[in-house]
Amino acid sequence: MNEQIFVSGKNIPEIIPNLELWGGPIALYLFFGGLAAGIIFFANYFYLRGRSNTMVMTIKVAPIIAPIIIAIGLILLVADLNHKLYFWQLFLHIRMNSPMSWGAWTLTVIMIPAIVWPLYYLPESIEYIKQRAPKSKLIGLFSWINNFVRQFKIILWIFKVFEKNQKLIAYLTLYLSVILGVYTGILLSAFNARPLWNTAILGPLFLTSGISTGAALLIWLSNDHKEIKKFSRLDLFLIAVELFFIIHMFMGMKAGSIAQVEAGLLFLGGPYTAVFWVTVVGLGLIFPAILEIMELGGLKISVWIPAFLVLMGGLAFRFIMVSAGQFSSYHII
Amino acid sequence: MRFAMAMDTKKCVGCGDCVVACQTENNVPLGFARDWIVESVQGIYPETVKMHFKSERCHHCDNTPCVRTCPTGASHVIEGGIVKVTASECIGCGACIEACPYEARYVHPDGYVDKCTFCDHRVFAGENPACVDVCPTDCLIFGDLDDANSPVSKVLKEKDWYVLAPEAGTKPQLYFLK
Ligand code: SF4
Ligand code: SF4
Repeated sequence: MNEQIFVSGKNIPEIIPNLELWGGPIALYLFFGGLAAGIIFFANYFYLRGRSNTMVMTIKVAPIIAPIIIAIGLILLVADLNHKLYFWQLFLHIRMNSPMSWGAWTLTVIMIPAIVWPLYYLPESIEYIKQRAPKSKLIGLFSWINNFVRQFKIILWIFKVFEKNQKLIAYLTLYLSVILGVYTGILLSAFNARPLWNTAILGPLFLTSGISTGAALLIWLSNDHKEIKKFSRLDLFLIAVELFFIIHMFMGMKAGSIAQVEAGLLFLGGPYTAVFWVTVVGLGLIFPAILEIMELGGLKISVWIPAFLVLMGGLAFRFIMVSAGQFSSYHII
Repeated sequence: MRFAMAMDTKKCVGCGDCVVACQTENNVPLGFARDWIVESVQGIYPETVKMHFKSERCHHCDNTPCVRTCPTGASHVIEGGIVKVTASECIGCGACIEACPYEARYVHPDGYVDKCTFCDHRVFAGENPACVDVCPTDCLIFGDLDDANSPVSKVLKEKDWYVLAPEAGTKPQLYFLK
């Protein structure tokens, strides 16, 4: 037996018996960050590949979502702070050693192209929506926004600069979107004190998962057959990479120090086993992959089903990782 | 200067005076604690059951993950290696709490993060931390490691000691005497 009992008052519920400081808001923040990274990544990537006219949804319409969910993510982050009124301190300091700091900065910086890009394409997006869903209420809203912003000379000037340098901006934004995706994992992996998170694979894993949720959303939104096929294929590839990373992560943990072995056991027999393998791996990765394969093989399956599953799987993955990480710790005896 | 504390696990009776002294000295809000007592039981009854008490607090680590991950610099190291939090810079994000392997920090009801300061206000005035002065069995020993004649340097030279979770790599400065 090796037991530790607190005999003095340290029954601070968010710390004892296990850390429960970060929860839903942080998980959602990471999810939205990854999803936005995926959307922005594809828009810029396919723009650079010269697909502006064939992949309208991906390049021009879907990026409207990115700034909205980044903003929601930032609001969630600030709402989750305990000392909320001091949140501006976050933007007075740049601390490269603190993922929380450079992540908040990355989100802020990427917000600029994330807003300008879809605004610039707004007239074309409105056309696109008019063709597919002429009754959509969004048309009125977007037209109003479009007319409103184009009154200002400064915005027209920004559009001009944007147009001239769009290639360069797209390269930079593509790069930023990768940083954003990796950041959602590094925010967690920077904590040595939580052995489950403290693995270098978490950055690439969260990036892949984020980009895969982005692809899923594009599959869902698009009704261009070619676009859907392309993203289904891409998503299959991303799911395979993700599965590989997940297996790799647990292999690394099994071969690690005792703290890491125990962290891995949370998912390999411990309390998170069922929920992780069933929800994240089964329903969120393998099942949608099978559906996508069947669909690519010619079977008629509503495209939104695998897309929805991938999105929910990504969300569940972040909730589980945030929660489980706070269960793993060093033995302090 | 490098402040450190040694804690004699053989002398401690688990009375909790250090906890109360800290709460009083530092106005720790009700229900919270910057230091705490742990009872460790090892072995299998009835043969080899061993028990000892430990008084724990922030380890004022040499390699501080809490300071590294703080996005604003609210968590910082002052002279003597003491790790402190500036309440007016802290956003209460909790990164430092996630980063500390010893669970030495908590969120103050006012929103910022609070922790042991080694009673720097007393130490720089030439006194001991409140917990050290109040301990009835003298099991807490405080001092400057750079001074070979300080009580803590002496006792660490004389006795065997260990630190908690050295594998976490934080180089903790709270030594436990065997
Ligand atoms: S014990 Fe925790 S709070 Fe104290 S210095 Fe070490 S890591 Fe930081
Ligand atoms: S809670 Fe405060 S001290 Fe801790 S990391 Fe965040 S800003 Fe820094």
